[in-house]
Amino acid sequence: MHLLSIDDLHVALGGRTVLEGIDLHLDRGEIVTLVGPNGSGKSTLLRAIIGAVRPARGRLVRQPGLTIGYVPQRLAIDATLPMTVTRFLNLPHRHSTQTVRQALEQAGVPSLDRQQVTDLSGGQFQRILLARALLEDPDLLLLDEATQGLDHRGTADFYRQIASVRRELGCAVLMVSHELHVVMRASDRVVCLNRHVCCQGTPERVLASPAYQALFGPDTGDALALYRHAHDHAPSSGTPAPPAAGANSLEATP
Amino acid sequence: MLDDFLVRAAVAGFGVALAAAPLGCFVVWRRMAYFGDATAHAAILGVALSLLFSTSIFAGVLVVSLLMATLVSLLSGRGYAMDTLLGVMAHSALAFGLVAVSFLSGVRIDLMAYLFGDILAVGKGDLAIIGAGALLVVGMVGWRWSALLTATLDEDLAQASGVDPRREQLVLTLSLAVVVAVALKVVGVLLIAALLIIPAAAARPFCRTPEAMALLAAVIGVASTTGGLQAAYWLDTPTGPTIVSLAAILFALSSLAGQFKRRLRVSRST
Repeated sequence: MHLLSIDDLHVALGGRTVLEGIDLHLDRGEIVTLVGPNGSGKSTLLRAIIGAVRPARGRLVRQPGLTIGYVPQRLAIDATLPMTVTRFLNLPHRHSTQTVRQALEQAGVPSLDRQQVTDLSGGQFQRILLARALLEDPDLLLLDEATQGLDHRGTADFYRQIASVRRELGCAVLMVSHELHVVMRASDRVVCLNRHVCCQGTPERVLASPAYQALFGPDTGDALALYRHAHDHAPSSGTPAPPAAGANSLEATP
Repeated sequence: MLDDFLVRAAVAGFGVALAAAPLGCFVVWRRMAYFGDATAHAAILGVALSLLFSTSIFAGVLVVSLLMATLVSLLSGRGYAMDTLLGVMAHSALAFGLVAVSFLSGVRIDLMAYLFGDILAVGKGDLAIIGAGALLVVGMVGWRWSALLTATLDEDLAQASGVDPRREQLVLTLSLAVVVAVALKVVGVLLIAALLIIPAAAARPFCRTPEAMALLAAVIGVASTTGGLQAAYWLDTPTGPTIVSLAAILFALSSLAGQFKRRLRVSRST
C-alpha cells in the first residue's frame, strides 16, 4: 500500500475549481517536489492532504495511522500570545527536554529555546517550524516553500537536513518550492502542477517535457543550465511560451 | 458562612473570574473580543424569553447565547467583514431584547440588574449554578488546552497534527455561552466582555508562556472582583461597574509597567 494515494482529486474553493483530476502516489523514502506557477494549487494540494480542505470529487487515501509533519508557508502568531520556542515545540504533543534540545541542535539553533517565538527572524522561525514538524516523528513531511527567508547557507543546510531526515526516519517528503535549481537536484521525482498534473517524473524528464516548458518558458535559468548538456531544448516555434517566472533572459536564445 | 450576602457575592465573583480568565485569554489571542460582546448582548434577549416562557433565566440565557455564537460562527466569511457583522448582531440582539422585555406587561423586572449585574443579590441557588458553570468551563478548557492552543496558532498546523480546528472552535463557543450565562448576575450583559478581556490583556506584559498568562489573568480577575466588591461597599457605587473599573485600572498600571520593562530591556541590550 502507498503511504498516500490520490486518485482523480478535484478541489473547489469558493465555487472555483482549484485542482482537477490529480493523481499522485507517495511511497516511503521518496522526496517529491511540486513545482508550478502562482495560483496553480500547490498549497491547496498540501492542505487537501492534511485534511484542511475537503475534496469535491475523487479519493485521497492516507495509510492508516499516518503521521504528518507540516511546515506551512507562513505562520503569523498574534503578538498577544506569549510563546517560548520550547513551548511551541511541545504543541500539541509534549516531548522530553532532551528530545527538544536535540531537535534544536539539529535545526542549527540550539540557543533559542527560551526566546519568544514572535522575536525570531524569518529564517530562525522557519528552522523552528521544521524542528517542530520533525518532533512528530512524521511518516510524511510536507514542506510549503519552507526555505522562504533563509539565506544561501541556510537553504543548503535545510536541504541537507531534509536528505538526512529521509535517510534516518525513512519518511516521504513532499515539498513545494520555487527554487528550481536546488530542488531539482534534491528530489527523486518532480510533479509539475497547474490545476492539473502537467507532467511528472524524474527531474530530467520533467525539465525536458513540453508541458513544463510551456509553463515555465523554454528557458528556466539555472535549472535548465544544469541539464542543458543532456537534452535538446530548442522550443518548437508553434507553441507560444508564457513569460517565465524567474527566467534568465540573457540565456533565452534557442 | 454563605448566609452573609457579601460572602456569597465574593464567592460568585471568584467563580466567574476563574472561569473567565483562561477563556478570556483565548478571546484575546484569537481576536474574538467582539464575538464575546455579541454573545453577551444576546443574553438580554434570553432573559426576556425565559420570563415570557417562565423558564429559568440561566437556561434561557444559555440557549440564546449559544444560538447567537453559532449564528455568528456560521455567518462569518460570507460576504461581510467580521466586525461589521458582529456590530450588527451585538446591538440588534440587545435592541430586540430590550423591546421584548417591554412587552412583558405585568412582570416587573429590574432591567438595570440584568444590564449591570446585581452581585449582592446572589442567592445560594445562583451560587450553585455559578460554581457548576465555572467548573465546567475550567474543566473543558483545561482538558482541551493543548489542542486549543495549537488551533489558535494556526488551523492548518493543528489539522496536520490531528487536531480538528472546528471542534476546538466549538469548545470555545460553548464555553463562552456558559460564561455569559454564569456572569450575567455578577457584572451584567454590558460588562461581561470586559471581565473576559481586561484581566487577560492586563496579564500579557508579564508572561512568557500561555499558561502563565491564563494563571495571572485569573489572579487579576479575582483581585478585581473581590477588590471591586469591597470598594463598591465603601463608596456605595454599583458593584458590577466598580469591578470592571478596578480591572481597567489594573490594566492601565500593567501597560505602564510593560512599557517600562521594554524600555529597560532595550537600554540594557544596547
